[in-house]
Amino acid sequence: MREMIKMVVVLTVLSCFSGGLLAYVRSSTKEQIENQVLEFVKGPAIRTILQGASNDPITDRFNLKVGDREETFFVGNIDGQPSAVAFETSGKGFGGDVGLMVGIDVKNDKFLGVSVTTHGETPGMGARAKTDPGFVAQFKGLGLKQTLKVTQDGGTINALSGATITSRAVCSASDEAIKIYKTLKPQLVEKLKDFKN
Amino acid sequence: MAKSLTQEFVKGLWNEVPPFRLVLGLCPTLAVTKSVENGIGMGIATTFVLVCSNVLISSLRKVIPSKVRIACYIVIIATFVTVVELVMQAFAYPLFLKLGIFIPLIVVNCIVLGRAEAFASKFGVFRSFLDGLGMGVGFTLSLMALAAVRELFGTGFLTFWVTPIRIFGPSYQPFSFLVEAPGAFMALGLMLCLMNLVGKK
Repeated sequence: MREMIKMVVVLTVLSCFSGGLLAYVRSSTKEQIENQVLEFVKGPAIRTILQGASNDPITDRFNLKVGDREETFFVGNIDGQPSAVAFETSGKGFGGDVGLMVGIDVKNDKFLGVSVTTHGETPGMGARAKTDPGFVAQFKGLGLKQTLKVTQDGGTINALSGATITSRAVCSASDEAIKIYKTLKPQLVEKLKDFKN
Repeated sequence: MAKSLTQEFVKGLWNEVPPFRLVLGLCPTLAVTKSVENGIGMGIATTFVLVCSNVLISSLRKVIPSKVRIACYIVIIATFVTVVELVMQAFAYPLFLKLGIFIPLIVVNCIVLGRAEAFASKFGVFRSFLDGLGMGVGFTLSLMALAAVRELFGTGFLTFWVTPIRIFGPSYQPFSFLVEAPGAFMALGLMLCLMNLVGKK
């Protein structure tokens, strides 16, 4: 009987100690891990879009509610003013969702650029949406008035040959971004003021 | 026969070096030795876990009831492994991406549990610390050696930290079989053979 109690006590104390230690380590590394994930997963896309930003868009960020989920917005200082935001949307591609980082110039209501972040498209076909800079370059500087479509659907975007579905996904993700941007613009402008220094 | 403290440390480096002499911990040895960088990362992580778990287990060796000792060891080891995983995620994210599943798998690495059972549960704290450190360093060096062979002949480059360094000129045709999975078995087999030849009395 004594031995059994001892077993229970030792194991319980050990587990409590271990749980406490892990909780402590987790809470003290949480923020750093979030930063690292942003830096290495979304970082490259954000940096290409917000080229010429004088700040670090990955540290200057805020969250807003979009529908029922939280979306992270990254702030870019262009010409000394916090005037650009980048955020992620997605469109239905050939192999699941195509994640798209979209940068918008808040002052002129224009696309600064888009960049594919995550996708499951066919290598060499749809995957070129990420690797071919010529395709995403078409979105640069476009206004936000029109709906974006590929030429086959009567739009202005030249689809990647052999990857129309992926190209459509990028277009619909961009449209989604326009929609989000238009509904949230007053809040975005308010938030951007906080980043003035 | 009691060994001197130095011997406790040195035995892990040659006479009982984990992957080649004890032939323990082969899963990470085969899987992560695609580049020297991965080998170093894995080695350091394992060394940390080995040292910490050895010290803690040996200081608790009189408290832990023998019937639940394995459960206790696993709790202790798993805790340290998770700590390593979180810290690596926070400060060396690219390395964490490359090592991936093999970090949590340190929990079931035979070396760690083997040292706990065979050594730390019988000897004092300082001795166990030296044993863990020796085994860890031996493991790291073995991973580096195997990774160096595979990476050098498989790609012509050596990666010690982040950037690959070109060792062989551009005219070298990489023997890329070596960086694939079957190449790992071949390289390990040849290393074992070499170790046995050298150690033969």
